[in-house]
Amino acid sequence: MTSTMQTASIPRASRIAFALLAAVLLIAPLVFTSSLAISVLSQIGCAIILCLSYNLLFGQGGMLSFGHAVYSGMGAFAAVHAIQWASRGALPVQIPLVLMPLIGGVAGMLVAAVLGFLCTRRAGTTFAMITLGIGELVAAVALMFPEVFGGEGGIAINRVYGAPLLGLTFGPAIQVYWLIAAYCLLCTLAIYMFTQTPLGRMLNAVRDNPVRAEFVGYNPQRVRHLAFIASGFFAGIGGALTAIHLEIVTGADSLGMARSAAYLLFTFLGGAGFFFGPVIGAVLMVLSTVLLSHLTKAWLLYLGLAFMLMVMFAPGGVAGMISALLRMWRSGILRRKWGLVMSLSFCGLLAIYGAAGLIEMIYHAQLDGDIDSTLRYLGCTLNVQSVVDWFVMFLPLLAGGVTGKFVLDMEKKRP
Amino acid sequence: MSLEFLVISLLNGISYGLLLFMLSAGLTLIFSMMGVLNFAHASFYMLGAYLGYSLSGVVGFWPALVLAPVLVGLTGAAFERFVLRRVHASGHVAELLVTFGLSYLVLEIVQLVWGRSVVSYELPPVLQGPLFSLYGTHFPKSRAFITLVAVLMLLALWITFKRTRIGFVIQAALTHPQMVEALGHNVPRVFMLVFGAGCALAGLAGVIGGNTYVTEPGMAASVGSIIFVVVIVGGLGSLTGAFVASLLIGVVQTLAVGINLSFAQLLGALGWAVSADQAASSLMRLSVAQIAPILPFLLLVVMLAVRPRGLLGAREG
Repeated sequence: MTSTMQTASIPRASRIAFALLAAVLLIAPLVFTSSLAISVLSQIGCAIILCLSYNLLFGQGGMLSFGHAVYSGMGAFAAVHAIQWASRGALPVQIPLVLMPLIGGVAGMLVAAVLGFLCTRRAGTTFAMITLGIGELVAAVALMFPEVFGGEGGIAINRVYGAPLLGLTFGPAIQVYWLIAAYCLLCTLAIYMFTQTPLGRMLNAVRDNPVRAEFVGYNPQRVRHLAFIASGFFAGIGGALTAIHLEIVTGADSLGMARSAAYLLFTFLGGAGFFFGPVIGAVLMVLSTVLLSHLTKAWLLYLGLAFMLMVMFAPGGVAGMISALLRMWRSGILRRKWGLVMSLSFCGLLAIYGAAGLIEMIYHAQLDGDIDSTLRYLGCTLNVQSVVDWFVMFLPLLAGGVTGKFVLDMEKKRP
Repeated sequence: MSLEFLVISLLNGISYGLLLFMLSAGLTLIFSMMGVLNFAHASFYMLGAYLGYSLSGVVGFWPALVLAPVLVGLTGAAFERFVLRRVHASGHVAELLVTFGLSYLVLEIVQLVWGRSVVSYELPPVLQGPLFSLYGTHFPKSRAFITLVAVLMLLALWITFKRTRIGFVIQAALTHPQMVEALGHNVPRVFMLVFGAGCALAGLAGVIGGNTYVTEPGMAASVGSIIFVVVIVGGLGSLTGAFVASLLIGVVQTLAVGINLSFAQLLGALGWAVSADQAASSLMRLSVAQIAPILPFLLLVVMLAVRPRGLLGAREG
């Protein structure tokens, strides 16, 4: 694992990536103007901050946390309460909405400072178990105090309060999007800068070899704790922005294990070893929870399968695959072997087509089979009661798998 | 708090604690042998419960009690052979991640096959009803059965490790894999067997835990984090520690559920009424029963603050 976790150390590539991110954040809302698209884009903006903050622990520090939702959730609750106080005029200084994410960030940071002291005493798999336990503890405690955490129903807020700032009321969704986009870019930049500081570098050292890091005079536990606090700060900002976007926050949803697991899952899928991997992961996270879940009932199964296959065959995630392709392109392998790459991709797609078809048929047969035995699948109609249709879907899986294996074997035999 | 309540709670607590031990024993076994933290361990417990339920309907409870753990064990061994072994070279974090992915898959598959609601997995007639009554409160036969199975399992484990050849080979495979390999033992196969055996233990716990408690898709999640707490509090890799911690958590949690006393009531009894407008009043009004679900996690936090290596953990780090 450690060998695949390298930071993007090429400044030029990073600069291009930043410019790309900024351009996409700027242009996307002008191209996709529907309210669904703006909502999805806002969620992506928040998710980018959250996944990057998670990766500060996971990719940069080698800390596999199962309780990251605690810090984003606490940030969200702090911001929500601050907004409620501000709209009631109960704060000594009127804080504009623009600064509310920072309140969330500070809250996340404080919680991380306290809990991180306990978590970071151990590394590796023990750290994972401890964060899981503490995450469960916080989520359960939150439900016990409905006055503070809103109980099962959560806390709703009205983000429009006080005088408009530069004509912005933050009532329309697009204005909130710009706020999120601005924070997203600033946080991405700040997290990147953090990884370049001596502390950020030491964090990598502690991840790779804690004993040696200790030998040169650093306390690994302290380095981990400081990184944990920084990560909590950015998680708090991300959580607060999510709350501002949705105008509601619930304890069960925003603090629970499922949310923490999602950060881990998608940060890994995007590519924990690369700085911009989590950005890809964040996009995948929002797209699959918003769009994929509407397309298919089996989306969690696909997610689990994709995750396991990634851990087994591509531990670098999507970013790792892209970087491998780029390397192959630069060294000319891709140009010489394009026939092989194309045929393997075709076999893979064919097998996936068949496998997904079979999974869809199983789900349909099990869940809605008695109402209607037919289902639509990528342009064709399948009948779960017809043996022929099952065979038809099994065929591409078999053909893709066998041909792919054959092509690979042939390639290995070549001198 | 009456004596009657104390005795019955203690017995219930011990049987629940022993169920936790059956789970954490498998987890500890796998962890101490292979260094793999099996995140999907509770999923195998759930699988055991569901398979026990289905098989009970076909072949009856007693054959299912043997068959279901065997099936779960085979599933675990197959997972080790075809998935876990592949990521072994990438280190422990990758191994943990792949079992994490498996827990997702098992949950989805269980919901697909058996549905999202509770299944009516009932106790066999022999285990229904009370075993004995103490001061008018009944102690159910099923809890006694859990206790019996757990104690037998504990004995079997102890004998296997301390008194048989297989136990010695397994122990040696952990510390000196090359040497064991040179002596003609197939170390990867030993690991596969250990993983399968650990999963089978979880499956066994599922078959008897599933009908004593409830069999539903949330059962893995509710017990999953508690067994991690047990393993950390007991000390990573220590079977004795896991045993002590399971009993401790089982008893403490069961006792707490029955106590309807809050801090505010305690103060009230001392003539110090807590008014509603006090800031901490909701904290003070929480009864012990209400905080019972979080007690294991509180214990974890206290343990980490006081003794990070756990009760019987061998080393720090």
